[in-house]
Amino acid sequence: MRNKYEKPHDHVKEPLIHLIRRMDIQPSRAWMIRIVCVLIGLLVCALFIMSITSLNPISVYASMFSGAFGTSRRIWQTLKDMAVLLCIAIGLAPAFKLRFWNVGAEGQVLIGGLVSAALMINLGNKIPNALLLILMAVCAMVCGAIWGLIPAYFKARYKTNETLFTLMMNYVALQLVEFFVDIWDKKQSHSVGIINGDTQAGWMPSLFNQQFAPLVIIVAVLTIGMYFYLKHSKQGFEITVVGESENTARYAGISVGKVILRTMAISAAICGLAGFLEVSCVSHTISSLTAGGRGFTAIIVAWLGKFNPPAMTLITGVLSFLSRGANQIASDFNFNTYAGSILTGIILFFILASDFFINYKLVFRGKKGKEKVS
Amino acid sequence: MDDRSAVRMENVSKRFGSIIANDHVSMNINYGEILSVLGENGSGKTTLMNMLAGIYYPDEGYFYVNGKEVTIKSPHDAYKLGIGMIHQHFKLIDVFTAAENIILGIEGSRTYDLKEVNKRVREIAEQYGFDIDPEQKVYDMSVAQKQTLEIVKILYRGANILILDEPTAVLTPQETSRLFKILRAMRADGKAIVLITHKLNEVLELSDRVTIMRKGQYITTIPTPVATEQILTEAMVGEKVTLDIDRPMPVNPVKRLEIRNLTVYNDEQFKALDNVSFDVYGGEILGIAGISGSGQKELLEAIAGLQRIEEGGSITYYDPDGNVRELTGVSVRDIRNLGIHLSFVPEDRLGMGLVASMGMTENMMLKEYDRGRSPFVNRSASEKVADEVQKELDVVTPSLDTPVRKLSGGNVQKVLVGREIAAEPIILMTAYAVRGLDINKSYTIYNLLTEQKKKGVAVIYVGEDLDVLLALADRILVLCGGKENGVLDARSVTKEEVGRRMTNLVSEEKAS
Repeated sequence: MRNKYEKPHDHVKEPLIHLIRRMDIQPSRAWMIRIVCVLIGLLVCALFIMSITSLNPISVYASMFSGAFGTSRRIWQTLKDMAVLLCIAIGLAPAFKLRFWNVGAEGQVLIGGLVSAALMINLGNKIPNALLLILMAVCAMVCGAIWGLIPAYFKARYKTNETLFTLMMNYVALQLVEFFVDIWDKKQSHSVGIINGDTQAGWMPSLFNQQFAPLVIIVAVLTIGMYFYLKHSKQGFEITVVGESENTARYAGISVGKVILRTMAISAAICGLAGFLEVSCVSHTISSLTAGGRGFTAIIVAWLGKFNPPAMTLITGVLSFLSRGANQIASDFNFNTYAGSILTGIILFFILASDFFINYKLVFRGKKGKEKVS
Repeated sequence: MDDRSAVRMENVSKRFGSIIANDHVSMNINYGEILSVLGENGSGKTTLMNMLAGIYYPDEGYFYVNGKEVTIKSPHDAYKLGIGMIHQHFKLIDVFTAAENIILGIEGSRTYDLKEVNKRVREIAEQYGFDIDPEQKVYDMSVAQKQTLEIVKILYRGANILILDEPTAVLTPQETSRLFKILRAMRADGKAIVLITHKLNEVLELSDRVTIMRKGQYITTIPTPVATEQILTEAMVGEKVTLDIDRPMPVNPVKRLEIRNLTVYNDEQFKALDNVSFDVYGGEILGIAGISGSGQKELLEAIAGLQRIEEGGSITYYDPDGNVRELTGVSVRDIRNLGIHLSFVPEDRLGMGLVASMGMTENMMLKEYDRGRSPFVNRSASEKVADEVQKELDVVTPSLDTPVRKLSGGNVQKVLVGREIAAEPIILMTAYAVRGLDINKSYTIYNLLTEQKKKGVAVIYVGEDLDVLLALADRILVLCGGKENGVLDARSVTKEEVGRRMTNLVSEEKAS
């Protein structure tokens, strides 16, 4: 009767794999997935090492560990790497929580570093060292904040795209640094060299005989402070609400523009402070490499740590360990330095992949119907 | 087997995380028949049909179309099988014409002949009685026209099995009856039509059979001639329900708000409200009727201090102590700081009223967090409010810190309404307060609003179900295209009159 509807059709095959979004996952299970992913990552690294170099992967890992934690000097080096990176990431956290994609940390660090170096060069030995240090820190933070406030103002006022804007501010900062390096360069060596190497004016004094102890302490305090700021303060609450939904924020009577400006000022000021710490406490010089791409690596840290300071501390720990370890195996086994980067890349890839498996579940063909409704 | 069988489903299941949307559902769809799939929100009727239309892929179960087992893994597969679905939210491109939208995404030759398409569209329109101009741009269309376009679109692609998801939710009574006429014509032509709905009168008026779903499970299928409202409701809810709204007469109403010449432009610079004036009284419920997008949202937001009001408009507030305050241009925060208890349940619950990723406690904090001088938030105070709301309104949540987006629609609404009532409002505004709620929960909300009215609160209720508006409100303000089109006595006016005023301006009728 109804043959006119009996159209021939292609019999469609069931897909081999399909993805199901997980609605909720227990934290313990999520951590299980993360740990398994890192273990698989280490395994893949081991296979990579064996297939390329036919070295024993266990000894390679042992060498990595010794590179990062082998001696007290190495531990402090790893801690220093961690502290500077974490400082930048802590700066990014409030901006990112606001969904303000600040990819301008690189420039904000450079500007903070540049101002610190300028004060060291021009005021060194002219005012007491303590005063100089405080002045450097404050100016680095103010200038970093200005570097962040410019794109924030345009975002709040004219809804411009902050990603592009902050990114371009990086290049302005970079050019400024190169300009001043050229001015301060006295030996035509295309670098400033160690500033105030003789008088150590503007150098952060060491503590307990450790050059990096003040750095570690300052960043630790910042990290704890940021944790409480984001989690328990009224301003932190406002950041979360605006980040989740501007409409809800307006509904609750929160001034969205004000929160954007304030948060970006804080974010960029901390990045500027990171620049000061790098110049005053670590390198005692300024160059276009002062930020060294860490403004971008910090983005990975902030994301992987879900803008949660304790988790971000853990992530910077892993990253610093990996890079120190990679350098060590490069020298121990006579690898090219890129070999270490490959290993770091593999581990990072698996950490990122764990996020996918936390959010999605794979179901293979033929499994359906057999699964019980749980 | 019945040779009219279009689709047979066997043991179809679908889970989203721990939520079971469909639990081993088996059912039949026949050609030449209108089948209603009836169930409350969250009963899984849309999910089930989405699987048939290729939007979701089932976790288990089998589909048979025209007697053959099939696997549908995309909407394209569904189209090939002659299955088309009209979703609640239209999927059209505004800047394209009707005809361009219709051919969009059709596989086949790289070129197309628009004239040919227009001709074919007109043929389809004539056959079933559609009113459609293939050369009209979508942005010029009314909601009803867009819906017509969606239907023509799937007919053009040769669909013989049509699924309509709550098609009348956006239509006026007049447009609804026009749609029903078309559906009957398609049935007469032998097409299989599935109507997803939760409105009993539509089921009884239109369909041949009713399939009832509850909590993801298939309950039963009843031939419509033997169904009654009572039987259907009980099958749908699973228990006896009383469908009465208590409406006491307002006890000496006092004027709370005086709104004069309110004009508001929305974000697209479109005049959403045009010179609207009315009064709001404490101790009564003022219903606001209108097809969706007639300015309801802008009206409530303007009162709440969220919209810029054009020159000449004014909102005046009379507080219980007899003071008069001008609220025009006063911000949300300033209204709060003035001590005016203005509660607002917005239409977009998770996008405006609540923060989806926060738990109940933090959502209670939303309007209170800046109290006091401490730089830190006072969690314990909000925790107490959250606890009270949870107990009083029976909010089902694993904990007070579970993100509210993980709660069901009904519980989300309870959190929002609970917070707004806990603030002891003087004025309480609600927009589509029961959208997405099941019958029992809807009545809980109606009762809550009536209780507030008895306490002397000025309640503004923006609704879409005219039957409820007529039973709940004391007065009804009708909005038509952003203009005020009469304030009516809800106890004496008819549904038809309200429906007519929703689409036709009284002043224009008089003029012509």
